[in-house]
Amino acid sequence: MSSQEQQQTGRTATMSDAMVEAIASEMRADEEVFYMGEDVADYGGIFDSTTGLLDEFGRDRVMDVPISETAYLGAAVGAAQAGMRPIAELMFVDFFGVAMDQIYNQMAKNTYMSGGSFSVPMVLTTAVGGTYNDAAQHSQTLYGTFAHLPGMKVVVPSTAYDAKGLMHNAIRDDDPVVYMFHKRLMGIGWMPAPDGPKTPVPEEEYTIPFGKADVKREGDDVTVVTLGLHVHRALEAAETLADEGIDAEVIDLRTLKPLDRETVVESVRKTGSLVVVDEDYQSYGVTGEIISSVAESDIEALEAVERVAVPDVPIPYSRPMENAVIPGAEDVAEAVRSVGE
Amino acid sequence: MYEDMVTARLYEERLQEEYMEGKRPGFDISAGDIPGELHLAAGQEAAAVGVCHHLRDDDTVTAPHRPHHVAIAKGVDLKRMTAEIFGRETGLCHGKGGHMHLFDPDVNFACSGIIAQGCPPAVGAGMAAKKRNTDSVAVAYLGEGAIDQGGFLESLNMASVHDLPVVFVIEDNDWAISMPKERVTSPQDGSARADGFDMHGVRVDSDDARAVYEAGAEAVGRARDGNGPTVLEVQVHRRMGHFMGDPETYRPEEDQERAAERDSIERLAADMREFGIDDEELEEIRDRAAERVDEAVTWAKQQPLPEPEAAHDHVFTNPPSGVTDEEPEFSDAGAAAGGDD
Ligand SMILES: Cc1ncc(C[n+]2csc(CCOP(=O)(O)OP(=O)(O)O)c2C)c(N)n1
Repeated sequence: MSSQEQQQTGRTATMSDAMVEAIASEMRADEEVFYMGEDVADYGGIFDSTTGLLDEFGRDRVMDVPISETAYLGAAVGAAQAGMRPIAELMFVDFFGVAMDQIYNQMAKNTYMSGGSFSVPMVLTTAVGGTYNDAAQHSQTLYGTFAHLPGMKVVVPSTAYDAKGLMHNAIRDDDPVVYMFHKRLMGIGWMPAPDGPKTPVPEEEYTIPFGKADVKREGDDVTVVTLGLHVHRALEAAETLADEGIDAEVIDLRTLKPLDRETVVESVRKTGSLVVVDEDYQSYGVTGEIISSVAESDIEALEAVERVAVPDVPIPYSRPMENAVIPGAEDVAEAVRSVGE
Repeated sequence: MYEDMVTARLYEERLQEEYMEGKRPGFDISAGDIPGELHLAAGQEAAAVGVCHHLRDDDTVTAPHRPHHVAIAKGVDLKRMTAEIFGRETGLCHGKGGHMHLFDPDVNFACSGIIAQGCPPAVGAGMAAKKRNTDSVAVAYLGEGAIDQGGFLESLNMASVHDLPVVFVIEDNDWAISMPKERVTSPQDGSARADGFDMHGVRVDSDDARAVYEAGAEAVGRARDGNGPTVLEVQVHRRMGHFMGDPETYRPEEDQERAAERDSIERLAADMREFGIDDEELEEIRDRAAERVDEAVTWAKQQPLPEPEAAHDHVFTNPPSGVTDEEPEFSDAGAAAGGDD
C-alpha cells in the first residue's frame, strides 16, 4: 500500500466493514442521515453493505423498502431536497433502468435546474461488477453511464481504507453522490474477495477528498490507470511484469467525478506509456475519457497507449465467455507488454 | 399436471445438489459447474401447472428470476434448458442467458431477472395477438414483491384499457428475499390491484393445484375469448431460501415449517388417491419424472462449454457494418500470454 494518507494501524477490515463503519459514525453524528433499500434491514444488505445497522438504529433509520426503485430513489431525492441526508441503496447497479428518471432527471439535475435553490445531499450506493457468472442483467459495472451525466459525483473505492474515507465524504457532501462498490471486493462470506481490498483501517473517522487519485504502486516504465476490482488485477499484473523487468505504475482513480486528470498526466509524463483498464463497456467510457484527457493536456508525453475493457457485448453467463470479456490480470499484463515494445 | 409438478420438484432438488458441486468447503458462489445465482421454486409448482396447462405453444409466457417450474409447465425443452443452466454451448441460449434468462422460441417462453419487467413484454404479446386477430394469449408471472413495481402497474392499465388477452399470475410466497409482504406492500392482496384498473382479479388462497387449474381455466378462457385481462394471485410456499446460499437468518422457523407442511404435490396426490388412482400409478409417474430429470442433467453435463470467442456472437441479429464477430485484439491477450513475446 502506498496510499499517502494512510496511517499505520494494526487493525484491518473488509471493505464492507469499513463502509458500514463510516455510515454508522455519520448516523450517530447526524439524526438526518438514514439508509433505505431492499433487504437492508434484517438481511443487512445482500452484499453486507448495512450489516448491524438495524440493531443500532432501528427501523426508522434503516428502512426496508418495496421493490419500487422509482418510488424510493425518488423519495430520497425529495427527502434530500427537504434537507435530510438519505442514503439509498440500489441493490445491483443493473436495476437502475427502472428508476432512470429519478436518477438521471431529478437527482442529478434538480440543483442545476433550480438555479441552485435546491441541493440534493443524498448518496446512492450500489453494487457493481461481474466475475461470478450472473449474466447480463446482474454483472454490469456501468461506471461510464453514471459518470457521463452532469450533476452527480461518482465514487468507486477499491480498498477498505478508501471505502471508509470516501463514504464519510460522500455522506457529508451537499451534492448527490453515487457510491459504486464492487461485489467482489466486499469480503462477503459467499463471494471470496482477493486479499488486496482488506487493508488497515483507522478506527477514527477520516475523509478522502473527491478528485484525488491514488498511486497504488509506483513505477517508471508504464502508467496503468484503473479503478475498482481492476486495481487489484492491475497490481497482480504489475508483480508479474516486475519479474520480467517492467516497472508499472498503477493509479487508482477512486473517483470518476470529479476526475483527477493531473495525477494521470503527471505519471504519463514520467513513463511515456498509458494503459487504461476498465470493467465497463469499452465504447464511450472511462478508457476513452482518460486517454483523451492525456491527449488534450500533453499529447507529446504520450508515446504509446492501450485500453483494456469489456468489448461492446453484454456480459455472457457461461464462464469461458465471461472470462473472455472481463479483463483478467493476464490481459492487463499483455497490454502493458505491448505498449512497452 | 401431477407429472409436471413432480418433474419440477425433482428437477429443483437435483439442481440443488448439482449446484453445490465444487462450491464447498466454504460456500463460493462463483465456483462449480453451475455458478451465478440460483433461485429455486420448490413449493410453488401449483401456480405454474394450474395456469400453464391451459396454454398452447403459440401462447406466450414471461417468467421472472425463479423460472424453472413455469418453464417445465409451459413445455420448454428440458434438456436444452438444463444445458443452459450449466452454461453449455447447446443450451437454449448458447450459454449467454443462464438460469434467470431462459428463452425458448418454440414455446414462446422468455425471462427477465429484473423485477416485474416481464409484464410489459407480455402486454406486447397480447397486443400482437389482438392486432393479428389470433386467439393466443400471454401470461406474465411475477412474485408478490414485484407488484409494487411500476412496470407491473403500468402494464395492468395498458392491458385493461386495450382489452388485451393477458393474464398476470402473482406467485405469493410471502417473501421478497428477506422482506415479508406486511412490511413493504399495501394492500396485501395482490389480486385487489385489479380493481383499480377495472379488470378481473381473483386470489386462490391455497397452493391447491386443482383450485388454480379452475381459476386458470377461467382467466385464460376469458383472455382467449377476447374478454380482457385478469390478475390471478396464488398463495404458494417457498421451501428453500431466496437463492442458493441464502443464510435465511431473517426467516422464522415456523415459516419454514409451514412451507414444508403445505405441500401442493402431496395435496394433489391425496386428491388423486381419492379419485381412485393408486399408489402404484403415482409411483410410476414419479419414476418417469425422475428419469426425465436424470436424462436432462446427464445430457446437459456432457455438452461442450462454449468457445470464449462465442461471447461476440448474437449482439445483433443483423450486425451493422463496422461491427464484426471478430474478437478485438486485446481480449485474446490471455490466450497469447505465455507465448514467445
Ligand atoms: C428492479 C429490481 N429490483 C430488485 C431486484 C432484486 N431482487 C431479485 S428477486 C427480488 C425479490 C423478489 O420477490 P418476489 O417478487 O416476491 O419473488 P420471489 O423471489 O419471492 O419469487 C429482488 C428484490 C431485481 N432483480 N430487480
